[in-house]
Amino acid sequence: MNKRKNASLLGKRYLGCGNEKGTIEVHETPGNALGAYLDGGRIRVFCNAQDATGDTMNAGEILIHGSVGDAAGYAMRGGAIYVQGDTGYRCGIHMKEYQDKKPVIVVGGCCGSFLGEYQAGGVILVLGIGAEDRPPVGNFCAAGMHGGIIYLRTEHLPADLPGQITAKRAGREELTKIAPLVRRFCREFGEEEEALLSSCYYALTPNTRNPYRQLYVNN
Amino acid sequence: MALSELYPPYEVVRNPDRCIACRVCERQCANEVHRYDEDLKKMTADESKCVNCHRCVALCPTRALKIVKTDHCFRENENWPKETIEEIYRQAGSGGVLLSSMGNPKPYPIYWDRLLINASQVTNPSIDPLREPMETRVFLGKKPEEIHRDEAGKLLPNLPPQLELSTPILFSAMSYGSISYNAHKSLAQAARELGTCYNTGEGGLHQDFYPYGENTIVQVASGRFGVHKEYLSAGAAIEVKMGQGAKPGIGGHLPGAKIVGDVSRTRMIPEGSDAISPAPHHDIYSIEDLRQLVLSLKEVTHFEKPVIVKIAAVHNVAAIASGIARSGADIIAIDGFRGGTGAAPTRIRDNVGIPIELALAAVDQRLRDEGIRGNVSLIAGGSIRSSADVMKAILLGADAVYIATAALMALGCHLCRSCHSGKCSWGIATQRPELTQRLDPEIGAQRLVNLVTAWTHELKEMMGGMGINSIEALRGNRLMLRGVGLNEKELQILGVAHAGE
Ligand code: SF4
Ligand code: SF4
Repeated sequence: MNKRKNASLLGKRYLGCGNEKGTIEVHETPGNALGAYLDGGRIRVFCNAQDATGDTMNAGEILIHGSVGDAAGYAMRGGAIYVQGDTGYRCGIHMKEYQDKKPVIVVGGCCGSFLGEYQAGGVILVLGIGAEDRPPVGNFCAAGMHGGIIYLRTEHLPADLPGQITAKRAGREELTKIAPLVRRFCREFGEEEEALLSSCYYALTPNTRNPYRQLYVNN
Repeated sequence: MALSELYPPYEVVRNPDRCIACRVCERQCANEVHRYDEDLKKMTADESKCVNCHRCVALCPTRALKIVKTDHCFRENENWPKETIEEIYRQAGSGGVLLSSMGNPKPYPIYWDRLLINASQVTNPSIDPLREPMETRVFLGKKPEEIHRDEAGKLLPNLPPQLELSTPILFSAMSYGSISYNAHKSLAQAARELGTCYNTGEGGLHQDFYPYGENTIVQVASGRFGVHKEYLSAGAAIEVKMGQGAKPGIGGHLPGAKIVGDVSRTRMIPEGSDAISPAPHHDIYSIEDLRQLVLSLKEVTHFEKPVIVKIAAVHNVAAIASGIARSGADIIAIDGFRGGTGAAPTRIRDNVGIPIELALAAVDQRLRDEGIRGNVSLIAGGSIRSSADVMKAILLGADAVYIATAALMALGCHLCRSCHSGKCSWGIATQRPELTQRLDPEIGAQRLVNLVTAWTHELKEMMGGMGINSIEALRGNRLMLRGVGLNEKELQILGVAHAGE
């Protein structure tokens, strides 16, 4: 495997942009748009990352041993982003899936406002580690969501979930889908798999794929 | 027929002496207006559904049909015209946001029709384009400010990527989904034959059209449908859509009903799922953010493709363009408020944005004043209706123009402005197979080639008349324009003198 180590990546944008294979390891906070249009391979960051991580990514894996800024996974269509810490605003905005492409974002900590805004597909899992006493997301979670699924490990649903979202406690079937994601997370970041899996999860899904259908009248 | 306070706007007039009840009209009307009455043994029409698309009229073998505007009227009232009254009824009945298509139909000033072009007399000879070479080729992209040479004095090639077009006319963005496969194929083929480009719009690029890459502009909009590395690398240029003239500040929304088959595959979203493009790109809140997206697109395509940033013409367009010209973009496309659309909220289409003529003149002037005009090329769009409009746009400062409504008309569009219904009888703005097959891409491409070839020839005639043999020498040459019937302020913004001055 083509392993690259580079000491001067501090603040550098577009790292791994469009990469199709290989592994990049980053030890200093990279700039925005890390792994934009990523098409395969792996990027491992041993510190925080900034905005627009994994923008429009198509395949591959981004692993962040820290937190990320805003709009992580914007419009991603495939691959996976694992964040040990927190994310900023609009994580997973406009994520979409198509056939065998099913993007995944797993966040160990909490997410800022507008998590999964306009989400059209894929899976977002927020573990909320250390935030067990409150919702692990900010305001307007799932606003405009019309596909995919958001799992929250919490007993406290956000109070402002929009009308087109159904929130349900995850049953056995959902837990079998969550388990491999948690396992991957724990393998990377060394958390307790059993403890995480034995918690309460909620699944948020949209109840329509056509949220605006009723809005218009022909003129 | 449901009871309605709306009287049908059109009447289907059938000449009984000519009608042979062949039922062609019944088969051709996508709106199910015509019906053969078995008992009466004759054709009947439910005109409440007629959108005046002329399909039946065009195909009636005996010319038995015509569509006329009803003379049924409301009591006359300047303040409450028919449309306004009917819109109130529609909304009172439905609670819905009014949805329309094609461009702004309201009687705002059309500045193209208030501008006149110059010609040579006596002191500088005009040129006959039939005998002498006339150059209509343009290169769109950033032009270097200085030239560099190596030690031997040889020029170092430092030209940023350029979009080379044989004529300054491109087909503007229309997505696969909003228009049909055959319409896209016609545009792609015509662009190749003409040596210009068509534009994918925000719906991705159908696998079949990758071979037309050199004549394709691939668009990236806020929804990022069908955007991936291969797509970005496939075209001759990449366009970031920030706005559209027909609906500035509004996102796109292709209803799930149109996301079927290949459209779903090309957009890479499941069938039946709404394709929602949010109004803003949520990673762009500033020129710096825009620069980031522009550079990420360049990065992933190895700095080989020019990047276009498309914006709607809005109030502060000059300041916005000045920012974009510093964002790393190579080309700015400005779309005026008359530009067409497959669907837009009526109120937005009719009330938001400004005319392209004023926007273009303001942007060109601002970039010149700031000494950054060479940073970018300008494409003007938003209802360019003829070669005269093209010429006037170039004289006001455009490097090239985008046409879309005119291109659709070449394909058969009769401007019935019902694209949002998805039942285009001409097989353009629809995905229904029985309708899309009506458009033969070979014929469509040929008609597009005809149109643009004719316009290009007319451009040469006008150039010849002005005694200038290269279109690039006319860009921003406002001395070649005069205004008629315009006030001081309008002349000042357009940067032209009044006729007679
Ligand atoms: S909708 Fe078109 S095809 Fe149908 S009756 Fe009217 S003009 Fe004819
Ligand atoms: S594209 Fe079709 S539906 Fe739209 S205005 Fe033209 S003829 Fe009518």
